[in-house]
Amino acid sequence: MPDLLLELFSEEIPARMQRKAADDLKKLVTDALVERGLLYEGAKAFATPRRLALHVAGLPVRGRDIREERKGPRVGAPDAAIQGFLKAAGLSSLDQATIVSDPKKGDTYVAIVEKPGQETVAAIAEIVPAVIRSFPWPKSMRWGRASAAGASLRWVRPLHAILCTFGAETEEPEVVPFEVDGIVSGNVTYGHRFHAPGAITVRRFDDYVASLERARVVLDADRRKEIILADARNLAFAQGLELVEDEALLEEVAGLVEWPVVLMGAFEERFLAIPGEAIRATIRANQKCFVLRQSAMGDRQSGEASTADSPLPTAPLSNRFLLTSNLMASDGGAAIIAGNERVVRARLSDAAYFFATDKGSLPDLETLQPSADRLGLDLKKPLDQRMAKLDRLGVVFHAKLGTQGERVRRIAALARDLAPVVGADPELAERAAKLAKADLPTEMVGEFPELQGLMGRNYAELQGEHPSVCAAIEEHYKPLGPSDRVPSDPVAVAVALADKIDTLVGFWAIDEKPTGSKDPYALRRAALGVIRLVVENRVRLALSGTLAAALSANGVATGTGEAAPLTGDLLSFFHDRLKVMLRDQGARHDLVDAVLGEGMQASDDLLLITRRVAALGRFLETEDGKSLLAGYKRAANILRAEEKKDGEGAFSGAADLQLIAAAGLIEEKGLAVALAQATPKAQACVAGEDFEGAMAALAELRPAVDAFFEAVMVNDPDPALRVNRLKLLNQLREATRAVADFGRIAG
Amino acid sequence: MDPTRSFQGLLLTLQRFWAERGCVVLQPYDMEVGAGTFHPATTLRALGPRPWKAAYVQPSRRPKDGRYGENPNRLQHYYQFQVILKPSPPDLQQLYLDSLQAIGVDLALHDVRFVEDDWESPTLGAWGLGWECWCDGMEVSQFTYFQQVAGVECAPVAGELTYGLERLAMYVQGVENVYDLNFNGGEGEDRISYGDVFLQAEQEFSRHNFEHADTEMLFRHFTDAERECQALLAAGEAEAGSNDPRHRLALPAYDQCIKASHMFNLLDARGVISVTERQSYILRVRDLAKACGAAWLRTAGGGFN
Repeated sequence: MPDLLLELFSEEIPARMQRKAADDLKKLVTDALVERGLLYEGAKAFATPRRLALHVAGLPVRGRDIREERKGPRVGAPDAAIQGFLKAAGLSSLDQATIVSDPKKGDTYVAIVEKPGQETVAAIAEIVPAVIRSFPWPKSMRWGRASAAGASLRWVRPLHAILCTFGAETEEPEVVPFEVDGIVSGNVTYGHRFHAPGAITVRRFDDYVASLERARVVLDADRRKEIILADARNLAFAQGLELVEDEALLEEVAGLVEWPVVLMGAFEERFLAIPGEAIRATIRANQKCFVLRQSAMGDRQSGEASTADSPLPTAPLSNRFLLTSNLMASDGGAAIIAGNERVVRARLSDAAYFFATDKGSLPDLETLQPSADRLGLDLKKPLDQRMAKLDRLGVVFHAKLGTQGERVRRIAALARDLAPVVGADPELAERAAKLAKADLPTEMVGEFPELQGLMGRNYAELQGEHPSVCAAIEEHYKPLGPSDRVPSDPVAVAVALADKIDTLVGFWAIDEKPTGSKDPYALRRAALGVIRLVVENRVRLALSGTLAAALSANGVATGTGEAAPLTGDLLSFFHDRLKVMLRDQGARHDLVDAVLGEGMQASDDLLLITRRVAALGRFLETEDGKSLLAGYKRAANILRAEEKKDGEGAFSGAADLQLIAAAGLIEEKGLAVALAQATPKAQACVAGEDFEGAMAALAELRPAVDAFFEAVMVNDPDPALRVNRLKLLNQLREATRAVADFGRIAG
Repeated sequence: MDPTRSFQGLLLTLQRFWAERGCVVLQPYDMEVGAGTFHPATTLRALGPRPWKAAYVQPSRRPKDGRYGENPNRLQHYYQFQVILKPSPPDLQQLYLDSLQAIGVDLALHDVRFVEDDWESPTLGAWGLGWECWCDGMEVSQFTYFQQVAGVECAPVAGELTYGLERLAMYVQGVENVYDLNFNGGEGEDRISYGDVFLQAEQEFSRHNFEHADTEMLFRHFTDAERECQALLAAGEAEAGSNDPRHRLALPAYDQCIKASHMFNLLDARGVISVTERQSYILRVRDLAKACGAAWLRTAGGGFN
């Protein structure tokens, strides 16, 4: 079976687009082949900085012949009908049609249309130009002489050559002939830009890959990644160092070279005084180089303390870095290393300068005094000065939500209020909140925004802040998603909660809620963050009260009727997020609904909700739970049917125990007794937040419920007995409501 | 002149290289601009159907980048070498690599790479796709295929090369501090360094840009330039009743746009433009640039017959 080989050779494709482009090429071409009935055995696409390539194996030489019968009108039908049939079937006269006898209709005309299957080569020659012309690049461009005309070809960068061959392994493949905007398909490609720029004639995929390899091009990006990673680890190991692995950087670097050559450079030891994350950020962002750290062994020997929370794993950075060049230089890479070292040195000089500047005093401190007074800052300290500067600059957080300074004041007040709830010192929480955003106007964060929080922590440590304050400054942005770590230091928890709650109520107050897929202010993430902070730290927070207070700090007057609907709306937003979170963790979302059901008491306390859901889930796994749920469903069904007759509320109130004693069955008495014992027990347990106990109390109802349904006919002919039994069932329904609305539980 | 021994040698080599490839070699535009792209030989000539090849050196002023002569890599006044080729030739990448060879970059020794960098100038209403060109990890040039200038689609597309001359010179001379560059190639007493020529200027202009530029005057000059630009655009239209659609004052109007842009840069360096105002100033300059571009397209240079 023949193979297709396609290569689109262009100027340098942005690294971040290569993988998706290869996938798109494969999908678009193979989909179009399949659409024409050309099935294939396998397909794989590749990308380098200068080419997209596609190999489709096991295609037929031509598509299947298609034979089609078209029924026409009766023989002797009016001429208009005959002409219509001829036209539709593509016949020039009735001689080309056959006549078939139909038992009902009599003799009718039938046209037999035979379409020979399309040659695969011809199909490819149609498909590929169409794919090229409509290729979904995220950004594309025009170029050259052709761009003077309106509808010239667009590609990610100028497209220079198209290689397209088709043929079986045993024969000489043919070039699939087509042309796109003056580029004629052929069987020629080009090697590495500097090592082997000449033309290479290609037959099929096997010799294509091998020829490219000889011409210093590794076609497969994953192989380039493997080469870089293996070489990087080896070079590091040889120096007793360890590679700080970075998958995103590796992916990018593999998209910047056709022939990876990993080289090691160094910078002056003195730059190691710069925080490791900042070194990594500058070397990574500007130079696309990997950093290295002392190996774990060396670290243990030196007894270096390591903080488990630090995002840079344990051991300190070394003064080496790894670059990936695209060239096997004639001097072994000495000039390339020297050049990269110069640039790294210049960048680190900048970073060192930023770091030193940030640690020093700002000029014109007197102009910052009003801001310092407003925020209670100590202008003798550098980080306090930066916060005062942020306030004084009036940097806008959001046009309708005021400045960063105003926001920090709100967060500080809220963090202080929340401190007792989470077990934090209010003074520390307020202090941490006031410094949490202070690193935003620093030089370092201005240059590397991804270091926000981390630099603040660093500067806070340098000016001798309390360790909890330092940790809170870094961690108050967390958690950034469902898998990000949740801070546990109470001060950090207080500030993290305050930051997120202020954001949420602010955007709610100006009616900028997330809609559909749009959530530009990441409010869903903020709500999930609040939930995780509360649940994982076992914080008991009365949410509506906190939200109302935060709303009032955002200028929404409470008690005016304006705040209540917002609080309610926001609370149900939290409930929705909680449902999503529990569902993602494998919990049944119907249980969340059951716990949050109408009239349930739990809706304000996220921790209680999750505990209740967990207990309910465990209970329903047990035989007692399943059986009680079945009994509940049965009772509820009967009640629903009978309430239709007697009216809503007809069976409320306690059952008449004397009537039961006088005329009831033993099983009826049993249920009445069980309810009388279990209900108050369950309620007491819920009041004491012992949900397991409440479930256990309900479980005690099971034998009585089972026995009741076994023996008792609810709709007794005696109306008094009937109503009394229905009242008993209603009591059962009410008893379960102590823990959840069982009616919302599925199954 | 050996391009690896002197700053001016590098500059002259590039001029000769591109002159030999058919470019008109222009002199710098006699106004303060933030980048070589502002030169009408690029901005305006990139518009319209007429082919155009030009190369020139352009002093570029970035008031905010001043460091009082204390930073070895940053300057508020530096040189860009600018090449524009319209339409972009098919071998533009190779031409660029040849030019690097010409100034002494051995491509068997040095790792030259084209790394994605989409170019955009909000004030010029212009964007293009291309790369920053890396030599051993250092960005030495910008390489852009203009797609739009002054809000107008480029047809045909021009290719633009911008060489950072100081950086390249530091590289080929092996110098760590820009002020140590050999400017004239002389040795001993005859040696003139980049610092000899420009250090004092960097110190004085940093003071001016950050401390002394009269902001009230700058605001006034900005408004004046904006008004004058609009007035010239209006005055360049054909008189009422005439059918001639040609514009007659596109170039002088564009000069005023350049002026407004520079005033904005100075005000920005003085820190007197707030974050919210900043955007509106950029839009005001862009409106001027767009109107000038539209006017240019109705001139002979813009291909109007």
